[in-house]
Amino acid sequence: MKIILVGHGMVGHKFLEELQQHQIPGAEVTVLCEEARTAYDRVHLSEFFSGKTADDLSLVAPGFFAESGFKLRIRSRAAAIDRRARTVTTQDGETLHYDKLVLATGSYPFVPPVKGHDRDQCFVYRTIEDLEAMKAAGAISRKGVVVGGGLLGLECAKALRDLGLETHVVEFAPRLMAVQVDDDGGRILREKIEALGVHVHTSRNTTEITDGMTARHRMVFADGSHLETDMIVFSAGIRPRDELARQNALAVGARGGIAIDDHCRTSDHDIYAIGECAAWRDQTFGLVAPGYDMARITARHLAGQTDAVFSGADMSTKLKLMGVDVASIGDAHGKTTGSRSFRYVDECKQIYKKIVVSADSKRLIGAVLVGNADEYGTLLQLALNGIALPTEPEFLILPASDGKAKPGLGPDALPDSAQICSCNNVSKGQICTAVGDGATTIGELKACTKAGATCGGCVPLVTQIMKAEMVKRGMAVNNHLCEHFPYSRQELYHLIRVGGIKSFEDLLARHGSGLGCDICKPTAASIFASCWNDFVLQGELASLQDSNDYFLGNIQKDGTYSVVPRMPGGEVTPEGLIAVGQVAKTYGLYTKITGGQRVDLFGARVEQLPAIWEELIAAGFESGHAYGKSLRTVKSCVGSTWCRYGVDDSVGLAVELENRYKGLRAPHKIKFGVSGCTRECAEAQGKDVGIIATERGWNLYVCGNGGMKPRHAELIASDLDKAALIRLIDRFLMFYVRTADRLQRTSTWRDNLEGGLDYLKAVLIDDSLALGAELEAQMQHVVDTYQCEWKTAVSTPEVRQRFRTFVNDPQPDARIVFVKERGQIRPARAEERDHATADSMTV
Amino acid sequence: MSNETLNWTAVCKVGDILPGTGVCALIDDHHVAIFRLGTDTFYAIDNIDPRTGVSVLSRGLIGNLGEHLVVASPIYKNHFDLRTGACLEAPEHSVRTHRVQVEGDEVLVALS
Repeated sequence: MKIILVGHGMVGHKFLEELQQHQIPGAEVTVLCEEARTAYDRVHLSEFFSGKTADDLSLVAPGFFAESGFKLRIRSRAAAIDRRARTVTTQDGETLHYDKLVLATGSYPFVPPVKGHDRDQCFVYRTIEDLEAMKAAGAISRKGVVVGGGLLGLECAKALRDLGLETHVVEFAPRLMAVQVDDDGGRILREKIEALGVHVHTSRNTTEITDGMTARHRMVFADGSHLETDMIVFSAGIRPRDELARQNALAVGARGGIAIDDHCRTSDHDIYAIGECAAWRDQTFGLVAPGYDMARITARHLAGQTDAVFSGADMSTKLKLMGVDVASIGDAHGKTTGSRSFRYVDECKQIYKKIVVSADSKRLIGAVLVGNADEYGTLLQLALNGIALPTEPEFLILPASDGKAKPGLGPDALPDSAQICSCNNVSKGQICTAVGDGATTIGELKACTKAGATCGGCVPLVTQIMKAEMVKRGMAVNNHLCEHFPYSRQELYHLIRVGGIKSFEDLLARHGSGLGCDICKPTAASIFASCWNDFVLQGELASLQDSNDYFLGNIQKDGTYSVVPRMPGGEVTPEGLIAVGQVAKTYGLYTKITGGQRVDLFGARVEQLPAIWEELIAAGFESGHAYGKSLRTVKSCVGSTWCRYGVDDSVGLAVELENRYKGLRAPHKIKFGVSGCTRECAEAQGKDVGIIATERGWNLYVCGNGGMKPRHAELIASDLDKAALIRLIDRFLMFYVRTADRLQRTSTWRDNLEGGLDYLKAVLIDDSLALGAELEAQMQHVVDTYQCEWKTAVSTPEVRQRFRTFVNDPQPDARIVFVKERGQIRPARAEERDHATADSMTV
Repeated sequence: MSNETLNWTAVCKVGDILPGTGVCALIDDHHVAIFRLGTDTFYAIDNIDPRTGVSVLSRGLIGNLGEHLVVASPIYKNHFDLRTGACLEAPEHSVRTHRVQVEGDEVLVALS
């Protein structure tokens, strides 16, 4: 059976993934993809402006086409269909035969037919190419207008604001998000959006776009007023791409879209249509969830399973627009006969909540939430599952007051069949089963059920269900550090700081049991260092350090250590380089340049370390903390000092930051990068903390990672001056130190942070937990009490004498043997070593 | 086995071993790890980690896992029972234990 899929967007790709699972014998699948790239995540398109790349947004797993055997044709548009011959002709004139044809052509942005809509610097918001063009235009514009105040229009306004433009939204209707939100909700939404610096113009009908006086364009409105702007983005709705159907006399819906039946078949039963191009009972669906549903149903139908039928879709939505929560459920406007509503308005906090209940007040049929959508999950489940309402449903949206608990809807109240993730059609039952099969983190659940993997709106509910199920199965949500402490690292941190605990003995006596182990000892040592910053090898603290921290070096496979002197910002003088080279030469060490812009010296025996460091300290070097779970390096490009393109002094800032945060002990290592311009030569967006110079200051990115699981850092604040930047980094690092799990890098910490980036911004920038000053003070304490550990170690006799191979003999470990390779030493392999030591070893 | 038949070697002073840590002693070309738990309890095992052939066990962190008093090898963190030498993760990588005693200020070890 030859199957042709026309269109490789989100829904098209979902169809392929489903089809691959069915493994239909003899199926030959060809995909015609009009765009220059394969399917990507259009739901999160705006993240392209906050640092995500086209690759990040891709939905296609590496090797997908090779594995599935599906043939992909990029930049290949289906130009015509011949239903009688059952062929598709591409725009290049190639004709392909099909037995079954699936149309997933999506939709196109509607541009109002106003005069001048096709002028330069007028855009639509649909593809990555559109965004690239907008970005380029944004760089040379001061002012931008979005035409359309709907869901997508507001996303687009955020993008323009992120580009640093004075942003305006022009809406034809009298309120924003007219479809999802009522008048009162629209008013609150407008106030919130305007407070964020976006200008909103409602009830404006654009009649013409002409040359402007103060900017490129002038938009003239029907009421005689006008607005000038440098660029315009049209986001006034979408229209189904049904032209292939119209050309071939396939039935179309009353308001456009290719008409389909419950099996997603068009009026020609060999042709299916799915996603935004399809019309089911004259209705089209501009959300991804119904499209995914159609993709599943079509794949099953092609596999001979006719039981799956499309039965419409819930169009409820919850989203965050520029940090403002907006949600709409079911009959948001109360159009159902006899329905009544409850409303709650808080004009101080700018919150609006409304629920619409059935005539008998037994069922929830709709809701609108603006400014705070915490109840969305509960309300949606009440509406979708027809769960009987409490007798006083108003308490569902009223703020909790003393003595009156909010009637929440615990996971237990939901039936197993309740659909939790509508994007990927995952039920409560499936989540519980996956938990039973061992998925006990939100990341694992996402991977195996796909719940929460698309829009992410259901993640809080999925988390609740997961935790409830774990408790039910006796898998007690155990985040205890180890058998000695029934606390998480975060709890232990709190106990240590609040209790002023400074020794492990005291900690164990007050909060633990047993003797401790190789998990809790270094964790406690790290927390002591973060809180009190005493010398790590002082007294009892020394016995808590693992080998790396005890010998202040990185242990290697042969028991020798590597030595890394700090070179802040990767800057080193010729004298410094010569001194490092001289030390390496004197002690016969292997030298290698690290990824963090410094030099690593390998092959030092324990007893050599103090002498090596004495020489390095004399040459002006300090410990590089390469052995610690602490700040490693601040990588930088040469910046404006040397580079033709640099816009600020990245090296200077890198040196300053490295000197500020050196020695800070944390749950895991921390890496920084500072780039002097957007070319990003320091790869700052792959670091825990990344800083990029802009014309107006510094952009701060956080929680990036390279290594095993690369993650792009996310923009948390733009155009900061240096003082603001340092204050924000202080808060970020200390908040991470306080709350992360043991050995959790900032990227994983961020992925597991409930509330995500918005929460992090609220805590760090808006100071929602009123922690800012405390975090800054704690960081200042660490900065003020910094000492070079190696300097202290070599000058403290009782510490220095611990650097010995044998307690009773000054000779070195004869088992450490090196051979030469490419002009330097390397550890001998076992057979080489046995040969070399055969004479000296007698036991 | 009585003390008379054992060959005791004085390796260091009690104060040479920081409580909660270990040191390595060279006895007849043999590498021995000696650990000090608290102020007055000592254990000795081979210093060479059988999994890697590297002489490092004295540099591991000590503590307990359930009933076992253990040291964790600094290379791959496998645990050795200080009283029996058994490697908890892989019994085939177990090590020998040795006798330790303190006489006055001296730490003495007898190879087994």
